[in-house]
Amino acid sequence: MKSKLFWLSVVLVFVLGFAFTKLSDNEFYFFAIYTILQGVIMAVAWNILGGFTGYVNFGSAGFFAVGVYTSVSLNKAFGLPLPATLIVAGIICGLLGLAAGYLTLRLKGVYFAIATLATALVFETVVNNWHFVGGAAGIFIQPPQYFFIFDNFIELLFMLMLFLAIVATAVSRYVSSSRLGMGLTAIRDDETAAECMGVPTLRLKLISTTLMGALMGVAGAPYPFFVSFVEPVSAFSLLIAVNAIAMPIIGGTLVWYGPVIGALILGVVLETATVTISSELNLLIVGIVLVAFITLAPKGIVGLVEDFRKKKGATNG
Amino acid sequence: MADRVLDVTNLTKRFGGFVALDEVNVHLDRGERLGLIGPNGSGKTTLINCISGALFNDDGSVVFNGHDITSMPAHQRAHLGIARSFQIPRPFKSMTVLENLCVPLEYAAWDRADHRHISEQAMEILETVKFADRAHDKSAGLTQVDMRKLELARALAAKPTLLVSDEAMAGLSSSEVDEILEILMVLNQQGVAVIMIEHIMRAVMRYSERIVVLDAGKKIADGTPDEVIHNRDVERAYLGE
Amino acid sequence: MSTLDLILNAVVAGLMLGGFYAAVALGLSITFGQLDIVNIAHPTFVILGSFVAYILNNNFGIDPVLIGLLFMPVFYFLGTLLYRFYYVSFERTGQESLSGLAFFFGLMFIIEVILILTFGVDYRLVSAPYIGETLHIGPVDLPYRMLVPATISVIMTGAVILYLSKTFLGKTILAVSQDRLALQLMGADPVKVKRIALGIAIATASMAGALLIIIQPVEPSVGRVYIGRIFAIVVLGGMGSISGTFVAAILIGVVESFISTFYGPSWAPAVGFGILLLTLAVRPQGIFGRA
Repeated sequence: MKSKLFWLSVVLVFVLGFAFTKLSDNEFYFFAIYTILQGVIMAVAWNILGGFTGYVNFGSAGFFAVGVYTSVSLNKAFGLPLPATLIVAGIICGLLGLAAGYLTLRLKGVYFAIATLATALVFETVVNNWHFVGGAAGIFIQPPQYFFIFDNFIELLFMLMLFLAIVATAVSRYVSSSRLGMGLTAIRDDETAAECMGVPTLRLKLISTTLMGALMGVAGAPYPFFVSFVEPVSAFSLLIAVNAIAMPIIGGTLVWYGPVIGALILGVVLETATVTISSELNLLIVGIVLVAFITLAPKGIVGLVEDFRKKKGATNG
Repeated sequence: MADRVLDVTNLTKRFGGFVALDEVNVHLDRGERLGLIGPNGSGKTTLINCISGALFNDDGSVVFNGHDITSMPAHQRAHLGIARSFQIPRPFKSMTVLENLCVPLEYAAWDRADHRHISEQAMEILETVKFADRAHDKSAGLTQVDMRKLELARALAAKPTLLVSDEAMAGLSSSEVDEILEILMVLNQQGVAVIMIEHIMRAVMRYSERIVVLDAGKKIADGTPDEVIHNRDVERAYLGE
Repeated sequence: MSTLDLILNAVVAGLMLGGFYAAVALGLSITFGQLDIVNIAHPTFVILGSFVAYILNNNFGIDPVLIGLLFMPVFYFLGTLLYRFYYVSFERTGQESLSGLAFFFGLMFIIEVILILTFGVDYRLVSAPYIGETLHIGPVDLPYRMLVPATISVIMTGAVILYLSKTFLGKTILAVSQDRLALQLMGADPVKVKRIALGIAIATASMAGALLIIIQPVEPSVGRVYIGRIFAIVVLGGMGSISGTFVAAILIGVVESFISTFYGPSWAPAVGFGILLLTLAVRPQGIFGRA
């Protein structure tokens, strides 16, 4: 997608979002879209390490939750408002990504995946025992009191999430077409060959995990203000971890817009299911869709469209 | 005296109790063509893995262009100018032939390449090895001989001073062997020193200025093709007592 | 109770717990250690076994260990089906890494949610005459609800180790992890061998599940805690070594028991994961693994 077209669309989306906050009174839509946008950020972040570099991360909930609890602890200890906690959460989770990567990236991809799951569960145990942030029982956080130009806090959070989702997507798009992205693709295709062709594989993988961690932390930072009651079970929710993987796989992991498509589609499906049937079913839906796509359409929707176009070209030509 | 490009001194590599390389000494001058032969399991691939950085040796040293690279990671050695092709080709499967070459141009050859025209330079290299017509093909679906050509073209794109070719001709037909041999000649004419591991004797004899023979991890011969072929130890190594 | 008594009991409890963990990790040791199949969903199969034991025990009063034994053939068949599907979808096309992992992740959720939808999130128990009774040897308490599962686990692990090292099919399974091509050249069909291996692995889940529900009440998400635990055990023991798995299981059981006794049970889940990360960082091939 050409640069001009991309940035034009970005501005359009942002303006539309803003218009929506002014025109709509129904708070429900903002709650629903917030969750979908959160999915977009998580999916895009996951894909930088998972799709571009080829290292599967099962502990996305861990990074997300550290972002959540960074916000919680900063807010409780210093009364810091959202913008500040956002930046700090991003930095801390970025460093976390770096550390986790350093510990595990020297191992084969499979071990990395398991280690990420283990890391997330270790964090969950730590948080469960940390009484300052409420431990297993949970904690209440006051929603933002100051709404700027918006009518209520949910509209503010919505616009913030929209902005963050756009930033995350732009970062992912930039990475994919840059020299860094080329190196990551080489690592994904054949790490040994990449190393022999001069690609500093460890360094690039660490950059990848740092970026992913930072973006996931940023996705989690507004969460306490969104739900008001934060508890480890929902912050470390396996649904978050699975969505972060399912969305890119559904959309297509090889391109920057794959996770966005997957997140939008799956997000809408899940939100609809939550209101019409039940939220327990969400995990089942994601599980089935994930297994279905992974076995039948591993290249995702983007891959399916590409194959369809190729077939058309072959019959026409 | 031509200047030394590679100096491998007393190189030893063990895998547990098994000694794969035993105090091997090899040197290479700038632009020289060295053949590396020996029976299966003699340690040829292990030697070049230690030279290229895929493995780290236990004892001894590797000096390249005056730098001691013994503990340097592979990507840094590529940066200094060591390139290798793999016995079983390892293309970047999701990329086209041209894109495969862009990776070493952007990374290994970073100091030596002009960043504004990476694609053009990649094309030039493909033309040198007569592979330009396949530039936009996906690297995943190539034939065996084309994959070997891609391996060599990609190694060339790293703008190396030393290229190690690991059995690039294994399993190819006679005319295909000649195609590969021609590419290796062109490479050498551009000033690249080449270490060629091969089992196809006529290729090794034709191509090499000098031949090193390994057997069970030890160097048993080092000389001109003529000297080596008449060497008793070499005969014994291949044919037994 | 004096500190010495506390320590003694923690060690004994840890040994029994570790013995049981070995039964749970056994299946993963085979699939991951021998077949390179990353079956993250293995604990979920164990939970499935627990619920099977629960239904039959609750409705017909059959002893859970017996149920576990009776259902091993059923689970074996399930395992072979699973391998067939996995092979056709992933191994044949060479897509194991990302796709295989994601597949088992998704499978884990599907099974877990089906269990939740069928049974709800309440904890389920089984009843048997020995649950609730304790054997006292001096200052040491050995509750039967721990002792019986531990003993059965050791027997099952021993049986599997013997099978793999002494029988022809067993040795073939060990061989397939080392050299697939050589195996084909010798006339054995690697696909069939792997199918049998995964069948055996899932069959052990049937028994492990029955034993689990004797030890503790079970609800569908209990399996998640075991993911880190059994991967820690398999990695710590060393890939490809079933006896290594057993030793590692005992070790982790004892460490967990100590942490539980002296720091509280809420820290116990972190033990497995923490040890896993430590092992991966320091000695990824584990205690007995080949490098």
